Amino acid sequence: MVGYKFCEKLRSQSREIELIVYGEEPRPAYDRVRLSNYFSGATAEDLLLAPASWYVENDIQLFTGELVTEIDRQNKKIKTHSGKTDHYDYLVVATGSGAFGPVLDGVERHGVFVYRTIEDLNQIIGYGKQIKKAAVLGGGLLGLEAAKALLDLGLETHVVEFAQRLMPRQIDEAGSVVLAYRLSQLGLTIHTGKSAKKIAGNGKIEALEFADGSALSVEMLVISAGIRPRDELAKSCGLEVHERGGILVDNYLRTNDEHIFAIGEVAVHNDMVYGLIAPGYDMADIVVKHLLDDSSRQFIGFDMSTKLKLIGVDVGSFGDPFGETPGSIPIAFQDKRNGVYKRINISEDGKYLLGGILIGDASQYNLFHQMMVNKIPLPSQPETLIIGLQGKAEEGAGVKSLPGTAQICSCENVSKGDLVFQVTEKGVTSIDELKKNTKACTGCGGCTPMVNDILKFTLESLGHRIKKRLCEHFDYSRQELYDIIKVRGFKSFDGLLDAYGKGDGCEICKPVVASLLASIWNELIVKQDTIQDTNDRFLANIQRGGTYSVVPRIAGGEITPAKLMAIGRIAQKYNLYTKITGGQRIDMFGARVDQLPEIWEELIDEGFESGHAYGKALRTIKSCVGSTWCRYGVQDAVSFAIFIEDRYKGLRAPHKIKGAVSGCIRECAEAQSKDFGVIATEKGWNLFVCGNGGSRPQHAKLFVTDVDSNTCIKLIDRFLMFYIKTADPLTRTATWLNKMEGGLEYLRDVIVNDSLGIGEELEREMKELIAHYHCEWKKVVEDPELRSKFKHFINAEDTDETLEFTDLRGQKMPVDWNRK
Amino acid sequence: MMEKVTNSSDVRVWYKAARAQDFPQDGGACVKVKNMQIAVFNFSRRNEWYACQNLCPHKMQMALSRGMIGSLEGEPKVACPFHKKNFSLRSGECLNAEEEKISIFPVKVEDGFVYIGFTE
Repeated sequence: MVGYKFCEKLRSQSREIELIVYGEEPRPAYDRVRLSNYFSGATAEDLLLAPASWYVENDIQLFTGELVTEIDRQNKKIKTHSGKTDHYDYLVVATGSGAFGPVLDGVERHGVFVYRTIEDLNQIIGYGKQIKKAAVLGGGLLGLEAAKALLDLGLETHVVEFAQRLMPRQIDEAGSVVLAYRLSQLGLTIHTGKSAKKIAGNGKIEALEFADGSALSVEMLVISAGIRPRDELAKSCGLEVHERGGILVDNYLRTNDEHIFAIGEVAVHNDMVYGLIAPGYDMADIVVKHLLDDSSRQFIGFDMSTKLKLIGVDVGSFGDPFGETPGSIPIAFQDKRNGVYKRINISEDGKYLLGGILIGDASQYNLFHQMMVNKIPLPSQPETLIIGLQGKAEEGAGVKSLPGTAQICSCENVSKGDLVFQVTEKGVTSIDELKKNTKACTGCGGCTPMVNDILKFTLESLGHRIKKRLCEHFDYSRQELYDIIKVRGFKSFDGLLDAYGKGDGCEICKPVVASLLASIWNELIVKQDTIQDTNDRFLANIQRGGTYSVVPRIAGGEITPAKLMAIGRIAQKYNLYTKITGGQRIDMFGARVDQLPEIWEELIDEGFESGHAYGKALRTIKSCVGSTWCRYGVQDAVSFAIFIEDRYKGLRAPHKIKGAVSGCIRECAEAQSKDFGVIATEKGWNLFVCGNGGSRPQHAKLFVTDVDSNTCIKLIDRFLMFYIKTADPLTRTATWLNKMEGGLEYLRDVIVNDSLGIGEELEREMKELIAHYHCEWKKVVEDPELRSKFKHFINAEDTDETLEFTDLRGQKMPVDWNRK
Repeated sequence: MMEKVTNSSDVRVWYKAARAQDFPQDGGACVKVKNMQIAVFNFSRRNEWYACQNLCPHKMQMALSRGMIGSLEGEPKVACPFHKKNFSLRSGECLNAEEEKISIFPVKVEDGFVYIGFTE
């Protein structure tokens, strides 16, 4: 693993250095930390740190299944077991360690395995199918992992440990008692203080015999009683090794040969072997930098804190877990019944956390670890950290108080500041992006909850700022501006900008204010045409090429043959492209801006009015046939739809609003995908709210059942008014509800149960608003001054000569976008 | 039309466009100059006038005169109505995307008439 990390780090900084890798195992580097996943479904491919193709793509020559057997230091050459030779300028030895067991008589018998490589695992799985009872020799980290694997194979599993306690390097005696108790509840039998002497059996293992004369009958033994550095190569070529094994290295991970480095578990630094991946990765980083002439970093030891889940039991050990620091005072809490043990070691002056052990409940691990690493002062009563109510909420709060320099992911050395930077400056919004950009959580994964918390808090803090300001010109939210405009009576953008804004405004705030003014006063928007968004500017939808579309209102989708023919005649006269819309009306395309008032004049003469297809306004109320004609209809859907559309036509809102009425449960009008939808029942109407179509469709939610028409309208009045007053700019009702605190329950409370006592006010405001309705196109057509705005040139009657059309199925269409 | 910013000092011809009162407040209108389309903007709040080509380089549409005007940290700009590409009315540069610069022309108002300056 450390060898792979070296390759990854080298290639991220240099493509020039030729890189060749020789590996003994038959596959590329894989994740030994998650090896036990192999027993619960992960394949060997899943465990690969990078596929073979990654090496090819990154110009790395990888030779698997090639054991290097000789190093010729004088000539800088290596030789493998197959006779292959190669040469080097620099050599990095990352051969790791192999499983090592005590000297046992009978270890050659069948059914005895080690727990290290995927090949080992395959053998264990194979043999495990034939037997029922197995034991693991070694109660340390790896041994307990192996025990889990055997449990997953369905075997009766025993754990034998030489020391008096489990995980002797990470936890103390009291912790081990609790851990052993937890593990026994999960099916493991634990034997501590047992020194294995002999493997007995006829050809295959039948029992494990101990120094005290006792024996344990087993059919399979997995030895995980320690690791030994794979330093054979070093010894054979004269590199200095530690007396207990391992290649000696200096702070730059150099051996006594300046051209050879050693990293990972094979290296010994200051008498220590580092068996965790975080220090190994750190070593790789230092060597890469050193090779690139950057000697700024040195290896001076590493924090061996660790948190893991063993067979469903959380275990954390950090800092100085045994209180060996002079002056250290322990505070411990042992609850064997619930399987929880917490120990913290505090400094003599009571100010700082030196280390600790957590078993059964390690939810505070990240917090404690950070407190230790960053020397965050302890509370005046430190015992409250482990005794008393500590919940997840506390941990979250802890993350907020950490400084930016706090190291969150130790495997990849990622700080809180690094993570916050990604969110605030790089626009990262998901944990996956964070992982990709910083590599946090990709090592041991222990920091994941903390990284999630930081992501959440940072996004929330940004969200607050965004909601507040419309843009650089207004320091208020839409809701605040609604109240300001209403209360202070502003009727123009300029008036509001003078009093509450700064600068000139822009294409973000102008339409929002325009929408607010329309939602509050419902005055003619054409009078303030230059603050309107594109389509509202000319009361028509702009199309490719610069012409516009015309959509007269056809309430409820019902039209007479005479009116149909009128539309047909007008469309033909002006040579417009016609199409029927999803909102059950007719759209006419290709009108030049100067033609718009003429076309609308003719439409108004025929009894039509504006359909507001161009506005952030009410669009249509779709209907199905209903009880008038349909054999299934239980209520008159069309009449109700027409009534509703006529009531709210012209209403402007934070975004477009669409409704529908279905005459029975078959729902042919698709009311459940509308901002508000009504479905007939035998007794009346069911009202649904906050559905949306679009790129992320969401169904409407059932709001009330079996209400009569009057009640239905009253509730829709309140609902729409509440939406208009409180939603953010350009937010559809679905998004508005999704972001609402309290969600549907709260909304129902406010609208149906009138929990805020504003129901009457909302209804009154809606009545006032709709009383102001006027067809804006009619107003334009009747006013020569407003009509004069509809021209392409201000100084000529000419039309835009760049307009060009072509034919499609007998109707016109604009020519393609111009290619540059 | 070459993308360039014409300075007042380089003007050889001042084209009489229309009366100032014909133009909208804090908005734009399109002026026909020979066979060119020029967008002219009346920043009434600032009492300033700007002009640029009517063609938006994004999708080559004659539409800039119909865009909303405003400012970005004080820099006067117009947002194309089609896709809201922002262009500075001082430098012609696109402020929120990678698009070509647009041509900018000087504007003066004399005796209630709006004039656009050209180098030829």
